[in-house]
Amino acid sequence: MTSGWMLHYVDKEASAPARGVDETLLGFARMLRVAGVDVTPDRTMSMLQAVEALDVLRQDDVYWAGRLTLCSSPDDLPKYDAGFAAYFEGKEAVKRAGMAVEQPRPMHLPVGIDAPQGAEQEESDDDPIPGQATAQEVLRHKDFADLSEADRQALKRMFELLAPAAASRRSRRYRDSHTGITDPHRSIRAAMRTGGELTRLQWRDRRVRPRKLVIIGDVSGSMAPYSDALLRFAHAAVRRNPVSTEVFTLGTRLTRVTRELRLRNSDKALRAAGQAIPDWSGGTQLGEMLRAFLDRWGQRGTARRAIVVIFSDGWERGDPALLGEQMKRLHRLAHKVIWANPHKGHAGYEPLTAGIVAALPSIDEFVAGHSFDSYAKLARLIADA
Amino acid sequence: MSMKQYDDPQALADALDSTDYIADEGLATAAFLALRMGRPLFLEGDAGVGKTALAQALAQVLDAELIRLQCYEGIDASQALYDWDFARQMLHLRAAESVADADRAEIEQELYDRRFLIARPLLKALETSPSVLLIDELDRADDEFEAFLLEVLAESAVTIPELGTIKATTPPLTVITSNRTREVHDALKRRCLYHWVAHPSFDREVEIIRRRLPEVSESLSRQVAAAVGRLRAADLLKPPGVAEAIDWAQALHLLGVRELTPESAARSLGAVLKYREDAERVVANDLDKLLAG
Repeated sequence: MTSGWMLHYVDKEASAPARGVDETLLGFARMLRVAGVDVTPDRTMSMLQAVEALDVLRQDDVYWAGRLTLCSSPDDLPKYDAGFAAYFEGKEAVKRAGMAVEQPRPMHLPVGIDAPQGAEQEESDDDPIPGQATAQEVLRHKDFADLSEADRQALKRMFELLAPAAASRRSRRYRDSHTGITDPHRSIRAAMRTGGELTRLQWRDRRVRPRKLVIIGDVSGSMAPYSDALLRFAHAAVRRNPVSTEVFTLGTRLTRVTRELRLRNSDKALRAAGQAIPDWSGGTQLGEMLRAFLDRWGQRGTARRAIVVIFSDGWERGDPALLGEQMKRLHRLAHKVIWANPHKGHAGYEPLTAGIVAALPSIDEFVAGHSFDSYAKLARLIADA
Repeated sequence: MSMKQYDDPQALADALDSTDYIADEGLATAAFLALRMGRPLFLEGDAGVGKTALAQALAQVLDAELIRLQCYEGIDASQALYDWDFARQMLHLRAAESVADADRAEIEQELYDRRFLIARPLLKALETSPSVLLIDELDRADDEFEAFLLEVLAESAVTIPELGTIKATTPPLTVITSNRTREVHDALKRRCLYHWVAHPSFDREVEIIRRRLPEVSESLSRQVAAAVGRLRAADLLKPPGVAEAIDWAQALHLLGVRELTPESAARSLGAVLKYREDAERVVANDLDKLLAG
């Protein structure tokens, strides 16, 4: 690259005076953050240090200095490349088309995010009004597709209390304990204190850890009435076990929304997840997407010995054979595969769509997923898995 | 002894080249900055792309000792950092007791002497100068272990309650690798330079094979690199890495193969593909196509 290349970057205000190196780089970092790369102030500082250690007049050096310090996962790399091209080479078009994240569609979900939470509602939650229980009971069994705005508000609270937790497994790590096997290290350490006399044995036992839980939600058009509930369920699960829970959505592409759902406030978390998901209400290619999940995450370890919950109606537009093959692969990796289907809750449902038929042999539990009650049952199933 | 420094990434790449590790621009820049900025280098990428080999090559060019910590589920401080040699402590205690006018306090003091401390890889790396510390496959360890690493990486020091703080005179060059079986915590990544190691380009791969296996002919090396490149694009459960390409070339050479043909490929496919389904798919999709071009 020619020297002095950096002066050629495109500035929105052409008349603005040429900015210094630091300012230019800080502007670049800001722009990347907008583009969806998790650029923190300390990462930005590292970039400045890295540029200093290299040759600021070489474009490749600046490229690498930024990439090595600002990115933190392979998902960041396409965004970085597009952002770099846009900022330093003035390829505005690339900025839109090449960016891995498309403009999010406005969230069509009637989640009632902005609805004020009335004080009356707060009270009514605590008051055991006779009618209340019945109303809640009705709500529990109501199909999500038939919910009114008020119903959704009420259900929001119930979801926050759900906290689905995966069953635990015994870890390879030990913890101090009063039962189990003797711990020679601690025993001898204790003996040291009494002049080498072993007065009391110390014990250790295997630690118990929650099993990994992977939630894969279909956000295609046919699942639209259920997307809100499914994300709320996922949020509750992430809240319960932030480290061992992973959430993905799939439609026309695979999106990991775990990070977004870690926000405490459920509305904020859902809004963040909604913005991260580029393919609301598109088509589904379940087999294709499942393969993407297994290639990028599942096989590497995310699905290994995990409880995997798939929320989908099984409407497969792609090749059902591929779906069957990928489900088999998933089944081999996972501890348990649970498929929740909203239609299963409807009377007279038969699993006849090609997608479901192909997937069924590799499913451990095939359950309904249309109402709050079915989600509560699902939460128990996960806990017992 | 301080760490050897290089003027620019190219100089480091040339040095690595002399140890037969062929680094592309990104990797050379990453290693250069890690050295210059004193930051750990976090390498992610598919298995077999040469992440571990980079640490080995760096140790060689920096004239530093390579200290390796292999991570696994359940690894904890006593396996990674240090442990007390209880048996020796006990013997010392017994020996001291047999001396008539032993001073109790003094004996106790002696018990926690440095000589009774067993240095595990992390402590050893801090005490060895210069050294390259390889924390291999961090994604296999559990997340508690990451939190514990943060302290060591940030301070280049460890505090041993009975002994005090041990600080490295020259912090080791730390290389952390991950196969991405789970996501490593952001707090750790933020302290590191992050580099995604991709599969090498065709030319680089040919060169790597030639360097590692000079006895294999140029034409066979090129055929293997081309076929491996196509296999990576062929939608397999486990796309072959550089390590598999080298294995394959070596296997073919040992079988006395001079030219990669469908027959010879079929005979040696086990060296490059590690899943039955993958081998079946490739054979079903016609080996000729794999080798053509």
